Amino acid sequence: MSKLKYALFTGCTAKQSTPELLSSTLAVAQKLGIEITILEEASCCGASHLQDFDEFLAHVLNARNICYAEKLGLTMITICNTCQLNSAMTKHALDTDPELKARVNEKLAEVGLEYKGTSEIKHFLYCLIDEYGLENIKEKVKVPLSHFNIAPFYGCHNIRPSELHHNANGGENPYNPTSLDQLIEALEGNPVNYDHKNKCCGFHVELQANHTSEVLAGNAMVDAIDNNADLMVTPCPLCHLKMDTYQDDIGHVIGRDVELPVLHMPQMVALALGCTEKEIGLNFHVQKATHLYSETA
Amino acid sequence: MSDTRKVTLKTFRFNAETDYLPYYKHYELEVGKDELMLDLLNRIKWEHDGSFSYRRSCRHGICGACGIKVNGKATLACKQNALELVELFGDELLIEPQSKKRVVKDMIIDKKDFWDKHAEVKPYVVAEIDPHPEHETKQSIEEFNKFLDADLCIQCGSCHYACPAVEVNEDFLGPAAFTAAYRFTVDTRDEAGKERLELTSQMGPGVWDCVKCYECAEACPKEINPIEKITKLHNMQFEQGVAVPNVATRHAEGFLRGMKKYGLLDEADIVSYSEGYLGMYKHLKTALKMLKAGKIHWHSGVPFINSVPKIKHLDEVQKLIKISQTNKL
Ligand code: SF4
Ligand code: SF4
Ligand code: FES
Repeated sequence: MSKLKYALFTGCTAKQSTPELLSSTLAVAQKLGIEITILEEASCCGASHLQDFDEFLAHVLNARNICYAEKLGLTMITICNTCQLNSAMTKHALDTDPELKARVNEKLAEVGLEYKGTSEIKHFLYCLIDEYGLENIKEKVKVPLSHFNIAPFYGCHNIRPSELHHNANGGENPYNPTSLDQLIEALEGNPVNYDHKNKCCGFHVELQANHTSEVLAGNAMVDAIDNNADLMVTPCPLCHLKMDTYQDDIGHVIGRDVELPVLHMPQMVALALGCTEKEIGLNFHVQKATHLYSETA
Repeated sequence: MSDTRKVTLKTFRFNAETDYLPYYKHYELEVGKDELMLDLLNRIKWEHDGSFSYRRSCRHGICGACGIKVNGKATLACKQNALELVELFGDELLIEPQSKKRVVKDMIIDKKDFWDKHAEVKPYVVAEIDPHPEHETKQSIEEFNKFLDADLCIQCGSCHYACPAVEVNEDFLGPAAFTAAYRFTVDTRDEAGKERLELTSQMGPGVWDCVKCYECAEACPKEINPIEKITKLHNMQFEQGVAVPNVATRHAEGFLRGMKKYGLLDEADIVSYSEGYLGMYKHLKTALKMLKAGKIHWHSGVPFINSVPKIKHLDEVQKLIKISQTNKL
């Protein structure tokens, strides 16, 4: 296999509250021989909120990020569902609306950039599955995750709206997604089947509609726990933040104790590939997760 | 290869007048390649169980009566080819009403909440009309195009009953009502735009309680993309000065604060800016937990102050914000 090379759009969260996401992503790439160039020029994607304030501005700023991947001639990869959706939405809007593309490029020209539409945008999860390949990952497993029941939590923005993602997520069925389940199996873990695996975690209304947010996260976590999950895994750091950081509050609102380690997708892969404890960074979780490392040892 | 497939239909059954609990009845049918879900519902009723109940009327995907869920997927029975669903889900199809908690009988639900919320946004043109006008009111193609596809909504309720915010928050108007609010607010003949924008800007019922799950975009059989209209309503609230500073509007606008300074969202600042310093106390416990886990860190030596690394070529972002920003709070 020729060496895979990607331009990594880290997003804000991996640079701030989830440093373990960045370190485990880089560790996985290194173990698999994937070459990563971090887009140090990239700005925030607007996290699906800036667009509500000013949709045009959000397109301009997202297009700028994509320009830097285009300059390198690489696929832009993301490690956050919301970064993936926002970047892909801008790409779709510009690639299908020449008038909008011209208006955006008029602004970008002021800083010496031009959006062409030449780079693909893919979440790292789907690069691993569709481009690196599950069979190849299987061969690299050093520490099988066979004694863990792992609940895959997909997060909305990688799977919906499916029309927009079809070229980037291998045609994942949003009503019955399977990519994470397949990845868990490739790492020899036991995927947990539960109804809420493709539902919303409520992160985006944490501030303004706290009750809605806690109930949505709680429903998913309780469903996973009731189906014997030892841990949950998600490709989205925002789902991680909601479900890891707020377990007390969630439990309080839904009237049940909720305790479940929530791993980032690359952390799970890094565990199975035998990366170091520091690279995996399980100590950065609010809900204790370091025991998972020693349990694999 | 035969053109038919053997399919098991697991149908939800409940009669609010006689049943204490719902149950499921299974039917095995040989399904042809041209059969629609509605054909299968008809066959169950006509060939197996005359008491099986569902709504249908136009059979052309325009009356919105026949909305159901199949394996959790919102479906217009008269538009949906059955074997396409078998492709998607395998040969066992779970046939359920749009909302189990609103069931009257089998697939038939009480859509009162849907219609009430729809009515609340004044889903019609509000205008003082001269009863004897000299000429008709004309709209240009550009004016018409502003509706986007919102005019094609058939009020089937698929998006509404797929929406988790509707499920949790009974005040939330929901994606179909927002689509209608958008449709009539951008109509150049209409005079109630401001009123609709104010209604949809309220915390609780309004667009700010949307959790951005994109279930509505996925569910709509007419491919209307309600959340696209929700984004437009958000933007219009700012454009037309309807948006008032509150936790939600500041949260949306506040992204620019970090982006101007670092190119990235300042996670600590966005919470304090959105909530106001007094509102911050709610988050103290969470902040302490995050601090303990190392989820809050700083680059300047002081927590929360200059805690974000700057991106390369920050000046470009600053300039682009200056020349491209169209709205303000
Ligand atoms: S995106 Fe918003 S309106 Fe649409 S289904 Fe989700 S919460 Fe409801
Ligand atoms: S927006 Fe689509 S799904 Fe929602 S009620 Fe209208 S037609 Fe049905
Ligand atoms: S019967 Fe009218 S939409 Fe299906």
